[in-house]
Amino acid sequence: MKVALFVPCYVDQFYPKAAIATLELLEKLGVEVHYPKNQTCCGQPMANSGYEHLTTGCNNLFIENFSGYDYIVCPSGSCTLHIKEHLHSPEKEELAVDIRKRVYELTEFLVDVLNVKELKANFPYKVGLHQSCHGLRGLRISQMSELVAPAFSKPAQLLDMVQGLELVPLTRQDDCCGFGGTFCVAEEAVSSKMGKDRVDDHIEHGAQYITSADLSCLMHMEGILRRQKSDVKVIHVAEILNHYSHE
Amino acid sequence: MSREKILAAVKKNQFTHAPLPDLEILSTLTATGDNLVQQYTSVASAGGSFVYEVKDLEAIKTILHKEFKPGVKIISGIQELGEYTYAGNVLEESSHSFADAELTILQSNLGVAENGALWLTESQMNIRVLPFISQHLAVVISKDALVPTMAQAYAQIGNADYGYGAFISGPSKTADIEQSLVIGAHGPRSLSVFILT
Amino acid sequence: MSNVAAKSHSELAGIFNQDEPRVDWHDETLWWVRQKRDIQAHKLPEWELLRETASQIKNNVLSNLSEYLEQFEANAINNGIIVHWAADAEEHNQIVHRLLQERGINRMVKSKSMLTEECHLNEYLKEQGIDVIDSDLGERIVQLAGEPPSHIVLPCIHKKKEEIGDIFHEHLGSAKGESDPKILTETARQHLREVFLTRRAALTGVNFAIAETGEFVICTNEGNADMGAHLAEIHIASMGIEKIIPERKHLGVFLRLLTRSATGQPITTYSSHFKRPQQGTEIHIVIVDNGRSIQLGREDFRNSLKCIRCGACMNTCPVYRKSGGHSYHTAVAGPIGSILAPNLDMKKYADLPFASTLCGSCSNVCPVKIDIHDQLYKWRQVIVKEGYSPKAKTMAMKAMAFTLSSPALYRSGGKVGRLVFKYAPFAVNNGLNPWYKHREMPKAPEESFGEWYSKRKEGKQ
Repeated sequence: MKVALFVPCYVDQFYPKAAIATLELLEKLGVEVHYPKNQTCCGQPMANSGYEHLTTGCNNLFIENFSGYDYIVCPSGSCTLHIKEHLHSPEKEELAVDIRKRVYELTEFLVDVLNVKELKANFPYKVGLHQSCHGLRGLRISQMSELVAPAFSKPAQLLDMVQGLELVPLTRQDDCCGFGGTFCVAEEAVSSKMGKDRVDDHIEHGAQYITSADLSCLMHMEGILRRQKSDVKVIHVAEILNHYSHE
Repeated sequence: MSREKILAAVKKNQFTHAPLPDLEILSTLTATGDNLVQQYTSVASAGGSFVYEVKDLEAIKTILHKEFKPGVKIISGIQELGEYTYAGNVLEESSHSFADAELTILQSNLGVAENGALWLTESQMNIRVLPFISQHLAVVISKDALVPTMAQAYAQIGNADYGYGAFISGPSKTADIEQSLVIGAHGPRSLSVFILT
Repeated sequence: MSNVAAKSHSELAGIFNQDEPRVDWHDETLWWVRQKRDIQAHKLPEWELLRETASQIKNNVLSNLSEYLEQFEANAINNGIIVHWAADAEEHNQIVHRLLQERGINRMVKSKSMLTEECHLNEYLKEQGIDVIDSDLGERIVQLAGEPPSHIVLPCIHKKKEEIGDIFHEHLGSAKGESDPKILTETARQHLREVFLTRRAALTGVNFAIAETGEFVICTNEGNADMGAHLAEIHIASMGIEKIIPERKHLGVFLRLLTRSATGQPITTYSSHFKRPQQGTEIHIVIVDNGRSIQLGREDFRNSLKCIRCGACMNTCPVYRKSGGHSYHTAVAGPIGSILAPNLDMKKYADLPFASTLCGSCSNVCPVKIDIHDQLYKWRQVIVKEGYSPKAKTMAMKAMAFTLSSPALYRSGGKVGRLVFKYAPFAVNNGLNPWYKHREMPKAPEESFGEWYSKRKEGKQ
């Protein structure tokens, strides 16, 4: 299987370790991973701000970079969702439709395609799992608390395979962190209050790390944690699943 | 004319055909008649109603004698409950004249277990304002008149004709002040339900 | 209250957030209502099927609305109800006024109707010298406080009991400092009982209007709609065109969903079905368009007309919970308000679809499955296209699109950005940067993933 790695723009620039962990993890699991080096951004920041009509350039570049693969894997729920729902190209619509079927967020790829049942990983810490909204309600990588339906969680299922990791319970399991793209600055007061409340929930339950399938949420919560001078750190799920230390 | 303007605008803009769904599946999913009295009692009590299982009208009178002082104005829609003013005899009085009613007792022929509601039509109320203006309300219902959910309730109502009807599921209440539940808003301060077994 | 209209959601939300303990209290209260809804929903294994059924019924209504409206009108008239049609808010208010004037009535009691809030009926009637008293407890409180309701189901959810106590002390003569909800409710009961007994006219809203039978249903917990209607000579019921449902039996679906979604009760205390006027009295229905037929023509947004006004979307919305209903500066606030209001006045309400992180919780709790969060995204595209987005934002977006469509520009831009962070953090860590107000900026790594990958590749060769 030919797999391409799609690294969100801000992960590439600010959180490369998560992308490195994603790559290493997939390779450990026997996947041959290609990284199309001319990729930039999925276009979501513009589209969510009402400027979808400006994303043609991004879309075409995405199609150019990611055509011809069996799967496209991305360590971000929101970017994956954006491509799945909004990748269009007036000239290359067939290619766009094909790509939309093949793009996967990392945890759903590991569970649904690779059928991962065990991992050689350890992370002996108390971890709070933040359910990023786009991954949750868009990609359905976990069950949503509003619905009357059976519970499941692909990230939690994978984190369960990590030795020594203790998932802490939370008071509100899927309340939004308040990042929301340009919302984080356009509605700064509400955004930071939402982030602060999420962070407080994790801290109250003893989390040493907050993890998620989306670094945008983590970036926002990390900003708040560091402002509070908290010892709690954020870490992407890929880095936990890829973590193995002999000590 | 606004009527024509509105209807024309609506007709122009309504589009895409969307058929009505079948309600049968829902009805069958909720049709279990198991222990309706128990379910009704549990839900109605949780909603603030007082629920009594009684074997006859005499038993009801005994309870009412205990709960209500002699001499207060009591209007009854049930002729067999002899000692009270029968609503059917005072139909000519104005609605306003019942402002001093302490208790109204009515008969219902349909109760819903899932939400504690009782169906009363104008013919059972006699006077529409009676079950609202009275300080307290009591309703008598046979245990065989209970159905599981609103689906079965409307199946039973069918296309019956009434000028006015209401599902009443408890005493009047409000939580408008800081979500603090207060029983007794503008309608009756209590609802007593007598289930005839 | 006039300067409120000029402020945007984000400004009003900023003001609301100045009092953090109060935000927490507002947020916890509404989250509690959401939890009560969850408890009730989970008692019904068929809950999701109920939602799907209700959604399909409402889709059918919208696709045949003109026929259903005519059917409803014919049946209502047959029942002895008089039917009026109002193209807009102004006409609705004029009709109500005329009905009162014709009968020499200058005082009216009203039960909850968000439509009349939308039409600003109370202000209009006051200007004509008609006294209107809101009988729903929450509405009466905000009326006395001189404010609009902040929530469509829980009108004064933003008010603390001490504040309500002060309002009642000032206007209704309760004891100073009294804040016990039981005593305050009793005070309101006595005060409003006198109102019910003396008003010749009562105005109510309509929860459901049944085309098949020409009857309409009003749901309350307090019994105020019935007290008003049954003691009045004329009962006026105001309804939006979208309140129609096809058949009486469909109430068996909607009445199972409405209150569970709204307050977490299995049903309201009273679900009153009005079919014929009481002997010697009149019932008038005013059917109102006010922009709804236009919304019906917007393919992407017509589903918003399925709304049964339960308020569940507001209770679950983290932005609503932490910014309050008044931040939306419109009659119906929250997620549903944000997809309805731009249709009424795109310029005035251009900010509302952006007052959201698109988390999607609203769509999940909506009993009629309105795709609220998808509509919020789509409204953003429309608002930008129609030119209601700030010029600076458009320029920034164009610059971003330009940079991101070129791999070379993106890579050099990213490198420059990281260098700025590293060597001139003061350029971004300052008061001009809104992110920086409550958050630290992310740390800039030495190299991007792209750069690391290139090195690794070279290393392999």
